[in-house]
Amino acid sequence: MLTKRIIPCLDVKDGRTVKGTKFVDLRDAGDPVELASRYSDEGADELVFLDISASREGRKTFLAVVERVARAIQIPFTVGGGISVVDDVLRALDAGADKVSLNTAIVEQPEFLQAASSAVGSQSIVAAIDAKRKGSSWSVWTKGGSEESPLDAIAWAQEAVRRGAGELLITSMDADGTKEGYDLDLLRTISQCTSVPVIASGGAGTKEHIKDAITIGKADAVLAASIFHYQQISIADIKEFLQTNNIPVRI
Amino acid sequence: MIGIIDYGAGNIRSVGNALDRLGQQYFVSNNIAELQRAGKLILPGVGEARSAMESLGQIGLLRWLTNVTVPFLGICIGMQILFDHSDERDTACLGVVPGRISRFDDTKLKVPHIGWNRVNVTATSPLFSKIRDNEFFYFVHSFRASVGPNTIGMTEYGEAFSAAVQKQNFYGVQFHAEKSGDAGIQVLKNFIELC
Repeated sequence: MLTKRIIPCLDVKDGRTVKGTKFVDLRDAGDPVELASRYSDEGADELVFLDISASREGRKTFLAVVERVARAIQIPFTVGGGISVVDDVLRALDAGADKVSLNTAIVEQPEFLQAASSAVGSQSIVAAIDAKRKGSSWSVWTKGGSEESPLDAIAWAQEAVRRGAGELLITSMDADGTKEGYDLDLLRTISQCTSVPVIASGGAGTKEHIKDAITIGKADAVLAASIFHYQQISIADIKEFLQTNNIPVRI
Repeated sequence: MIGIIDYGAGNIRSVGNALDRLGQQYFVSNNIAELQRAGKLILPGVGEARSAMESLGQIGLLRWLTNVTVPFLGICIGMQILFDHSDERDTACLGVVPGRISRFDDTKLKVPHIGWNRVNVTATSPLFSKIRDNEFFYFVHSFRASVGPNTIGMTEYGEAFSAAVQKQNFYGVQFHAEKSGDAGIQVLKNFIELC
């Protein structure tokens, strides 16, 4: 039986891991390669690295980090942040990443999603959607959560799959950084109306939150950052808890 | 020395990193004269069957590949193209292993099949030496081979499919051994030392 995945996420700025609340207030959380090795040893199923550097220098540093990570760990990982042309995708995969996560660029140019997917296959393409509640639905935000787009998150998720996304990374901007739980309605709605795996993101604070994202939110994988970085809950604890709740995990 | 076949569509870096970890010498090439000197061959793979076959055709390796006599390991797409045919863009494959590659049913399952799943070892093979039964390996694929006479390991996703096959000197694994932690490294070590 396919297991549910636990995915620590590392935001990387100028070569260092950082973590903020609601996309702002960044704090240093350590060396990405060291953290990656630690998470891999602790039983992480995959890792995600998001480059939030603003400068060209920062981006170069990030590719070097990707290469170091690929040499250090033997589990799959996804990289994202500022990927906007097919060459960026190829560079990330050549550096040793398994998947790329695409966000702002595919909202602005949806045809880039097809181009990326035909170049490397949909299994390497993750469509990342930052969603924020707006009345009874959710709108899509871009540029690290700073700009609202005209897109509806549910409709965009379906279109992203049609255009070749092999996986969806759904971040609730309302929940992100609060540690009050994932947006379960958002997750369940998207998971039930699309045919690809859904990764839940934003809001994890307890083991129960992670279980709920899977059982109620119907997520196939759960992503979290701060609860892992500051060692509030270990990956092993979460997996043991999920297993006692009859959720298949890799232990 | 191990030769990694470079056909422009593989995760060569990851396989190379895994071999580095094992302290194994290897070279990467798309040249028959060079590849013929390899004691073992690895065909890595991501992407899709049609473009993999086209790339191998463009560099003139198709006929040579089917006649390779040294131990050969195909990973993911590298395993799938060992079969007769893939439904992925209706592609004729190498025909080393009998059978057809077809798509998972996405009306019933999330496709691609992404993540860690168990492999039930169904036949004695050096490839699975020192691997516990039902060990976890990492998969990412939308197409799969049914269970058949060449299956040496199978995995359940909606139904059982071939996670690993062997025919004479040709070995294939659907999972990414190079990304499957310690168990994956052990499979690569087995291929290098025992196959």
